[in-house]
Amino acid sequence: MLPSLRPASTVGMFEGKTSVPSSPAIWPPAISATGLIKDFGGRRVVDGIDLAVPPGSIYGVLGPNGAGKTTTLRMLLGIIDPDGGERQLLGETSPLKAARKVGYLPEERGLYPAMPAREAIAFMGALRGLPLAEGRRRAARLLEEHGLGHAAGRPIRTLSKGMAQTVQLLGTIIHEPQVLVLDEPFSGLDALNQGRLEALIRAQAARGATILFSTHVIAHAERLCERIAIIAGGRLRFEGSVEEARDRLRPRVRLGTRAADGAWRAALPAAAIHAEGVWQFELPETGIEPLLRALIDGNAGIETLSIERPGLHDAFVAIAGAAAAEQLEVSAAGEVLP
Amino acid sequence: MKELVRAAAVIARRDFIATVWSKTFLFFLIGPLFPIVFAFVFTAMGTRSDEAASRPVVAVLAPAHVAADLQAAEAMLRARLGERALPELSYQRTDRPSDEQAARLLADKAHPVSAVLSVGGVPSLSAPPLQLRALRGELSLLLDVAARDHALGEAAPAATDIRLVETASSVGFENTGRHAVARGGQLVLVMLTMILAGMLLSNLIEEKSNKVIEVLAAAVPVDAIFLGKLVAMLGMSMVGIAVWGGGATAALLIAGPPIATLPVPAVGWPAYALLGIAYFTASYLLLGALFLGIGAQASTVREVQTMSMPVTMGQLVVFAFASSVVADPDGRVAMAATIFPWSSPFAMLARAAQDGAIWPHLLAIVWQALWIALIIRLAAKAFRRSVLKSGRSGRRGWFRKASPTR
Repeated sequence: MLPSLRPASTVGMFEGKTSVPSSPAIWPPAISATGLIKDFGGRRVVDGIDLAVPPGSIYGVLGPNGAGKTTTLRMLLGIIDPDGGERQLLGETSPLKAARKVGYLPEERGLYPAMPAREAIAFMGALRGLPLAEGRRRAARLLEEHGLGHAAGRPIRTLSKGMAQTVQLLGTIIHEPQVLVLDEPFSGLDALNQGRLEALIRAQAARGATILFSTHVIAHAERLCERIAIIAGGRLRFEGSVEEARDRLRPRVRLGTRAADGAWRAALPAAAIHAEGVWQFELPETGIEPLLRALIDGNAGIETLSIERPGLHDAFVAIAGAAAAEQLEVSAAGEVLP
Repeated sequence: MKELVRAAAVIARRDFIATVWSKTFLFFLIGPLFPIVFAFVFTAMGTRSDEAASRPVVAVLAPAHVAADLQAAEAMLRARLGERALPELSYQRTDRPSDEQAARLLADKAHPVSAVLSVGGVPSLSAPPLQLRALRGELSLLLDVAARDHALGEAAPAATDIRLVETASSVGFENTGRHAVARGGQLVLVMLTMILAGMLLSNLIEEKSNKVIEVLAAAVPVDAIFLGKLVAMLGMSMVGIAVWGGGATAALLIAGPPIATLPVPAVGWPAYALLGIAYFTASYLLLGALFLGIGAQASTVREVQTMSMPVTMGQLVVFAFASSVVADPDGRVAMAATIFPWSSPFAMLARAAQDGAIWPHLLAIVWQALWIALIIRLAAKAFRRSVLKSGRSGRRGWFRKASPTR
C-alpha cells in the first residue's frame, strides 16, 4: 500500500527541487513497483518492494549496502526479472520496451577502454535508438559543454577516472531520456564532481526528466529528492516525500532557563530530559504556546529556546532502526560527503 | 523483431570495428602463416638432411667383371624406378670377398657404410637386422637383374618403352580425389570453427571485465547482445577466411600444381566454396552460441578454460562422427551425423565433395538454421540467468555463488 502523496503546495519549497504531481491516481507514475520480490541462492534479497515515482520528480532510493537497491533498480529496468510482484516503466510492463526513453548509469561503470570518448557516448545513444551521426554531433557538444572537448577523440583508457565517469554519464543522457536511473551516481566522485553531478541531475529534472537514483549517503537524498524510498534488509521501510519522512518525528525543543525549578516544571512533557543545563523534549502535540505561557507565568526565566526539525538522518534512524542506520554509515565511510 | 535486429546491428558494428581495426587483428590474420612457414622450413630442412641420411651406403665387394654386371643392372634399375629406388652403392673390386673384409668395412669410421654385399660365390649381405630387412629386397632385385642379363648375354631383350596415353580423369582417380577433398574440407572446417568460435569466449570475458554488459543489458534485449556478438565475430572470421583463402589460392597459383590436375568435388569448386561458407557459418553459430552460453556462466579466464574443455573435446568426437560420411555416405552412422546439428555441417560438406545433388544441402541448411535459432535462445536464457544474476533460486551459474545485493 503506497502512502498518499502530499499536496504539491507543501513540496517544492526547497531550493532546487521541482514540484511533484499531487497524486499517482491523477499522474500515473513514471516508474512503479508493487510487491517486487527477488531471491538469490535461496535467500530473499528483495522482499515485496512498492514504489511509485511521479513523472518529472527526483526520487531517491536510500539504504545501506546490501539493502537490495541495485537489485530493485535492475528489476525496474528489466535487466533481471522479478520472482514476484509487478513493475511498470513508462507504462510498459516489459521495461525493455521503454528502453529508448530511459538512461541508466550502473554502479559498476562500464566503458570500452579502446573506444574514443565521443564514440563511446554516441554508441550508448545508438543502443537507445539514436542514429550514430546525430549521436556523434550531440556527444561533441556535450563534451564541450562539460569541459571535455579536448578529450573527444581520446580513448577511454587514457582518461582520468573522473573524466571517464563524466563520459559515461553523458552517454546516459545523450538521447535525452524521459527517465534517468542512476545507481550510486555519487560513489567515488570528489566534491567538485559531486557538485557538477548534482547540477546535471537538476538540469535533467528541469527539462522534465524523471530521475531515480540510489544512494547510501543521506545528504544526497536530502539535498536532491522530493520523494524517497528507504530500503533495509530487502524491505521497504518508507516511501514518500522527504518532508513526510521527517514528519515521522516530532520537532525537538531545547530549552534553557534561569530557574532550576518551579511550578512551570509541570508543563514540561514527562519524557523531557535535562542535560548540560538544557531541557530537551519532543514538541508537544498541543504546540509550543501553552508551554510558553506556563514558562512565563511560572517565572522560569527563558534564556534559550529552539525548536529543531529532525533531519533525514534522524528520520532514517526512526524508520529503519539503529542497526540499519549504522550499516548506512559504514556504507558511506570513505565517500566524500557533500 | 525489428528492434532486435537494429540493436544486434549496433552491437555487431561496434564489436566488428573494435576487433578488425585493432592491431591485434593483424597478428590474428598472420597467425596461421607461422605454422605454415615453420612447416615449410622444417620440411625443407628435413628433406635435405633426410636425403643425406635416408639413403644408406652399401659397399659391394665383387670381382671386376661381376661389379661391371652389377653396375649395368644398377643403371637400368635407377633409370626405370628412380634414383632413390636403390641404396647408394660403393663398388670395391676384389677377387675373393670375405667376411673379414666385410667386417672391416662395417667398422670403418672414415668411410661409414650401412651394409656390405659380398658377391663372389654365394652372395651375402652383412648388416644390422633392421638394415638387413630394409635392403634385402632391393639388393636381391639388383642381383637378379644382373644375373639374368649376364646369363642371357647378347640375347637379353632391350628395355621396352610403354606408350603413354593421357586421359582427362578416371573414376578411381576422381573417387580418391573426392575422398581427399571431403576429408580436407572437413578438417579445415573443424579447425576454423574451433579456433574462431573460441575467440567469442575471450570477447565475452573482456566484456564482463569491462562491466559494459550491464549497460548493454539495460538498453537492448539479451538476445540482441548475443546475436550482435555472434554476427560481429562471424564477420571478423569471414575477413580472416577471405585473407587466408586468398593467400592460399595465390600460393597455389604461384607454386602449386596446375589447377587442372586438382581433384574436383562432386558439386564443383564454386558450389563447394559457397557451401563451405554456409556450413562454416552454421557450425560457427552453433558452436559459438554454446561457447557464449558457457562464457556467461564463467567469470574468469580459468573458469572459461575449464568449462569449455568438454565442449572442445566433444567437438573432436563430433568431427570423428562426421568423418564417417567420407567412407560410407549413406550408412546409418553417416545419416545420424548428417542429422545431429553439431556434426551436420561437417557431414554435409563431405557429402558435397562426393555427391553432386544440391537439394540435400538446402534441406540441411534450413535444418541447421532452426537449430541455430533454438541454441541462441537457450544460450541467451542461460546468459540472463547467470551473467545478469537473474533467474530463480538454485538455477543459476554453475560456478556462481549467491549474488550479493546492493
